[in-house]
Amino acid sequence: MGFLDIDNATKSYGAVEVLHRVDISVEEGEFLVLVGPSGCGKSTLLNMIAGLEEISSGEIRIKDAVMNGVHPSKRNIAMVFQSYALYPNMTVGQNITFGLEMHGVPKGERETAMAEVAKLLQIEQLLDRKPGQLSGGQRQRVAMGRALVRNPDVFLFDEPLSNLDAKLRVDMRTEIKKLHQKLGTTIVYVTHDQIEAMTLSTRIAVMNGGYVQQLGTPKEIYDTPANLFVATFMGSPSMNLIPVRVRTEGNAVYAVTQNSQGQEISLTFFQPSDRLRSYDGQEIILGIRPEALTDVEGADQRSAHVERLENMVAVTEPAGSDTFVTTTLGGAECVARMRSDADVVAGKQTVFAVNMEKAVVFDPTTEQRIL
Amino acid sequence: MSVATQDTAIRTGRIARAMIYLVLVLFALFYVLPLYVMAVNSVKPLSEITGGGMMALPEVWTIEPWLKAWSTAQIGVEPTGLRPYFWNSISMVVPAVAISTVLGALNGYVLTKWRFRWDTILFGLMLFACFIPFQIVLIPMAAVLGFLGLAGSTSGLVLVHVVYGIGFSTLYFRNYYAVFPTELVRAAQIDGAGFFQIFWRILLPSSGPISVVCIIWQFTNIWNDFLFGASFASGDGAPMTVALNNLVQSSTGVKEYNVHFAGAILAALPTLLVYIVAGRYFVRGLMAGSVKG
Repeated sequence: MGFLDIDNATKSYGAVEVLHRVDISVEEGEFLVLVGPSGCGKSTLLNMIAGLEEISSGEIRIKDAVMNGVHPSKRNIAMVFQSYALYPNMTVGQNITFGLEMHGVPKGERETAMAEVAKLLQIEQLLDRKPGQLSGGQRQRVAMGRALVRNPDVFLFDEPLSNLDAKLRVDMRTEIKKLHQKLGTTIVYVTHDQIEAMTLSTRIAVMNGGYVQQLGTPKEIYDTPANLFVATFMGSPSMNLIPVRVRTEGNAVYAVTQNSQGQEISLTFFQPSDRLRSYDGQEIILGIRPEALTDVEGADQRSAHVERLENMVAVTEPAGSDTFVTTTLGGAECVARMRSDADVVAGKQTVFAVNMEKAVVFDPTTEQRIL
Repeated sequence: MSVATQDTAIRTGRIARAMIYLVLVLFALFYVLPLYVMAVNSVKPLSEITGGGMMALPEVWTIEPWLKAWSTAQIGVEPTGLRPYFWNSISMVVPAVAISTVLGALNGYVLTKWRFRWDTILFGLMLFACFIPFQIVLIPMAAVLGFLGLAGSTSGLVLVHVVYGIGFSTLYFRNYYAVFPTELVRAAQIDGAGFFQIFWRILLPSSGPISVVCIIWQFTNIWNDFLFGASFASGDGAPMTVALNNLVQSSTGVKEYNVHFAGAILAALPTLLVYIVAGRYFVRGLMAGSVKG
């Protein structure tokens, strides 16, 4: 039993089921991120934990107490909304203490709790202002203060950073992570931004179409995506998916494909599994992250198996820290992440290093990863 | 809202511009004419009016007609002037406006933030109330008032106006609250606020503009109502509008036009006052939500 258990939870509106048997167990102090495209059911799931939406079937438990049908205010949770949802007619101080007031906490205690939170979030000088007079980042802090002051069992964040500009978003991301490390609270965080998911979480649940596609640590999700959806959704630029044919020769297993001139090339798999061998002669999809397809000098020196191939550079996109190089493999457009000063010219041949240790393969019909 | 500058306007010649202003001024004068006639004749002695020259300024200025209209004109049996009827109207309008506005706000809150099955149909039916002509309900309403023992009383009139006003006030508040962020209500729920606490502490404090719109609308309609007042109030309980009619329509004695004019202005003053005090909120409230930011 975890701290927060989502046990076979289902949500349906009439005959339409929008969440299918979600099973997640969150330990105390964990930072779980629910990530997925819009309409995947992540916000619905969060609202079900909060008690703002009913659970159609299954159970949600916090500290082993069943929460189905329990009023949101009695679940000892706090929520930070996408729009911050600060009460416009109240000052920052009143916003922060409103929940305590509603729970009948005496004024003295409320003031102490507010002062503590205001100090933690550095919003002491804002306490007498109205939300309308605050900047986006300040509103964000106040919204977090309102959640923190209640000292809840579980924090729920509903896309809290999506209304901020790019720079502030990165800053607040770091702050949220610091806060989590400092307070060690249990957090469930919804976002559609896969970078937020990767950087903040201790575990990620990737959702699509009302199903949890994969649940795991950021590294597991990134390195060994369970299916093609997870592979393409997580990571930016997204994973290169190259159609290849499997060929076994003795112990070695090759991925056969074409370079940009249409000539046949083959890459040797690193430690091929028996499942992969059984695909001999069939078409599969080879997944290579952009950073595993790079220039020779930039290749991971500790990788046990790097292949080289020469190919035509279609486009180069210098991004400052890296240079993104577009090329074609097996008819699919691929993005390679090279060092910023890698010597590549569009329209010329160059040598690419492929880190086959990091390569993953997918069955094209089931879209599942071949283990 | 942006302000159009001279640069963006189409340039017109001086003569054309002068013509435009001339026409506008003429129209303005035309529209202000009735008020002018009323005001001017209410401060003249009767002899000046009957001697012709309705448009002329008074030769002798007097506030006698005003005093007479207010406190001594013969309206009912006693020569009381309009004063008691003015207070009748106030004691009808204030509760009727307050109750219908509060109920409308509550309805709007429930219809937008506590959605239930058939809520849009219910709202549609309430909207329908805005389109029922007054005349249709006279007889059923009289029966209901009689049944409740409120016939001929100010409370009865308040009830009638509240029932009629709820349709409009619900419409106003529902549309206003429809764009009020639901996340605020959810945040308050998580904070532990109950149904009425959310209403009083979160929604109502943010409802200033629409409340003003609703109050102006209801005040004007109820104050100016004649039909219900004439039908459901009798004698000394009649509202201002009915009393004014009795004053003007009296068939005995000389027609004191100056007193009639003064009485008519007195009857119109409260609504005018409400517009002047709260008018700018009225426009703001009507525009609320139509333009982002």
